[in-house]
Amino acid sequence: MILVKEKEILVNEAIRAQFPILSREVNGKPLVYLDNAASSQKPQRVMDAITHYYTFDHSNVHRGVHFLSQLATEKYEAARTKMQHFVNARESREIIFTKGCTDGINLVAYGIGRSILKPGDEVLISEMEHHSNIVPWQMAADQAGAKLVVINVNDDGTLNMDDFHAKLSDKTRIVSIVHISNSLGTINPAKEITAAAHKKGALVLIDGAQAAPHMKIDVQEIGCDFYVFSGHKMYGPTGSGILYGKAEVLESLPPYQGGGEMIKDVTFEKTTYNDLPFKFEAGTPNIEAGIALAEAVDFIYDIGYEHIGNVERNLVSYATERLSEIEGIRFVGTAKEKASVVSFLVDGTHPYDVGAIIDKMGVAVRTGHHCTQPLMDKYGIPGTIRASFAVYNTYEEIDVLTDSVKRAVKMLRA
Amino acid sequence: MSERIADIQADIVAEFEMLPDWMDKYEHLIDLGKNLPLINQTHKLDENLIKGCQSRVWLHADADGLVVKYTADSDAIITKGIIALMVRVLSNQPPEEIVRADMGFIDQIGLKEHLSPTRSNGLVSMIKQMKYYALALQAKQM
Repeated sequence: MILVKEKEILVNEAIRAQFPILSREVNGKPLVYLDNAASSQKPQRVMDAITHYYTFDHSNVHRGVHFLSQLATEKYEAARTKMQHFVNARESREIIFTKGCTDGINLVAYGIGRSILKPGDEVLISEMEHHSNIVPWQMAADQAGAKLVVINVNDDGTLNMDDFHAKLSDKTRIVSIVHISNSLGTINPAKEITAAAHKKGALVLIDGAQAAPHMKIDVQEIGCDFYVFSGHKMYGPTGSGILYGKAEVLESLPPYQGGGEMIKDVTFEKTTYNDLPFKFEAGTPNIEAGIALAEAVDFIYDIGYEHIGNVERNLVSYATERLSEIEGIRFVGTAKEKASVVSFLVDGTHPYDVGAIIDKMGVAVRTGHHCTQPLMDKYGIPGTIRASFAVYNTYEEIDVLTDSVKRAVKMLRA
Repeated sequence: MSERIADIQADIVAEFEMLPDWMDKYEHLIDLGKNLPLINQTHKLDENLIKGCQSRVWLHADADGLVVKYTADSDAIITKGIIALMVRVLSNQPPEEIVRADMGFIDQIGLKEHLSPTRSNGLVSMIKQMKYYALALQAKQM
C-alpha cells in the first residue's frame, strides 16, 4: 500500500517534471520559485504549442482564403471556444482575447468612460485593488467628470461588506472588484457583490487575475458583466489574456482601438464596426499566445482544480506554520477565505533586505508593495514579503524559504 | 588633498574581492550601512527623499570648503550599505570630480543588480542626485 504522503510526492514529481525551468539553479542554488502570483512558470506542453504553431500552422487569422490562414483561424477560434467553456460563458463571442488583465480592464474602463459615465456618477472599487484596477478607472472618471469611490478593507484583509453596501448607491454605474487579492490572498464574495450591484442598476467587473490559476471560474454563476484575467499567471504565455463580457453589454460599448479586423466597412466618411468579438480585437492578434493559453487550460484540466486547490491550501497552511517559528513575524492578510499567498513582515527588518538576501539562496519571492500602494499605506507598512504558490511547489521548498528567511533575519538583526 | 575617487574605488573592489561568498558580501554591506554618516534629523524631510519603489532613501549635501560632504539614510539596511560605499567614494571630493565620476565599481563588486531599474530601490536616482548637488554647489562657488 502506498501511503498518502508518498503518493502525493509521486504526483508532485510528475507535475514538476513538466516544468524544465524548475530544475535550473540560481546563484548556485536550486531554484525555489515562490513568485507565482507575479507570473507562473510554463509547462513544456505550453512551450511546445507555441513552437508547433510557428512550425506548422502560422499565417494571419481571419484574412486569407488560403490553407494556412484557414488553419490558423481554426486553431485560434478553437482556443476562443476553449476559453468560453473555461469560464462557462454562454457564447464564444463573449470572449475577447487581450494582452492580459490590465488590457481587459482598460478596454472596459475606456468604453464605460465614454458611453456610460456622466458627471456626478460613481465608480466603486476597493482599497485592495491592484493599480491596474485603480488607474484605468481614475482616468475614465476624470474624463467623464465622475467620482471614484473606495470600499474599505478590514484589518484581517477582508472586504468591509457593510462599507460596500453603504457606498453602493443609485449613482454607482460600475463596481470593479478583485476576485482574489494579489497582496493578501483574500477571496471576495463576487456573487454577492454582483447581485447587490445589479439591484442598484450598476454593472460589475471582476478582476480574476489571481483567481483563474486557482479555482474554477463560472461567470454565469457569478452573474458579473465582465470578468478579466491574464494567461501568464495560469501557466500560459505572457501577452495573453481574456476579457469575458455579457454580449449585450459588450455590444453597447464603443470600440477600444481602431484598425483592421474590427471593421465591416471603411470609407473616409464612415466606418461600420464588426460584430463581437472582433469589434474589440483590432489588428493582428497574439495568435500563438491565444493558442498556447488554450493548451495551459488543458494542463489545468488534466490536473484538475480540486487537486490544485488541495495542494495550494496545504502549502499555505504549512508555510504559515513554518514561518510562525520566526520571532517577530507578522502576517498581512489573514482572511479565512484565502488563496495561495502568504504575505509577511519580520520586525526589525525591511522586506527589500530580506528579499535581496534570500534571492542569493535561490529563493524567488516578491517584495514591496505588490502594486497595491494604497493598501500598504493603509496598513502603514513599506511593503511585504510575499510567497505565492503554484501546484508544482513542495513542502521542501517551504523549508528552504523558512531557513533562508531565518538566516536573513539573523544577519539583519545582528 | 583628498584621495582620488579612482583610488577609493580600487580599494573597495579589492576589499570585496576578499569576500567571494555572497553572504559575506552582504554581511559586509550591512556593517557598512551601520557606519553611514547619517543625515541630520532636521534634513530628513520629504523634500530630501529619493523615492524608490521599495526602500526610501534620504540624501543631503553640504559644501565644506572646496569639497562636498554627503549624509544620507535609508529604511533598508542593504540599500544603506551601498549608499555608504557611494558616500565613501564621493564625499570630501571637489564638485568637478564628483560630476565626472564613473561609479563603475558597483558593477565590479557584483552589486549591479541593485542598480537595475527593476529593483526600484532609488539607488540610480541617488547617484544622479549626488551629482546634481555637486553641480549646484559648483555653480554657487563660481
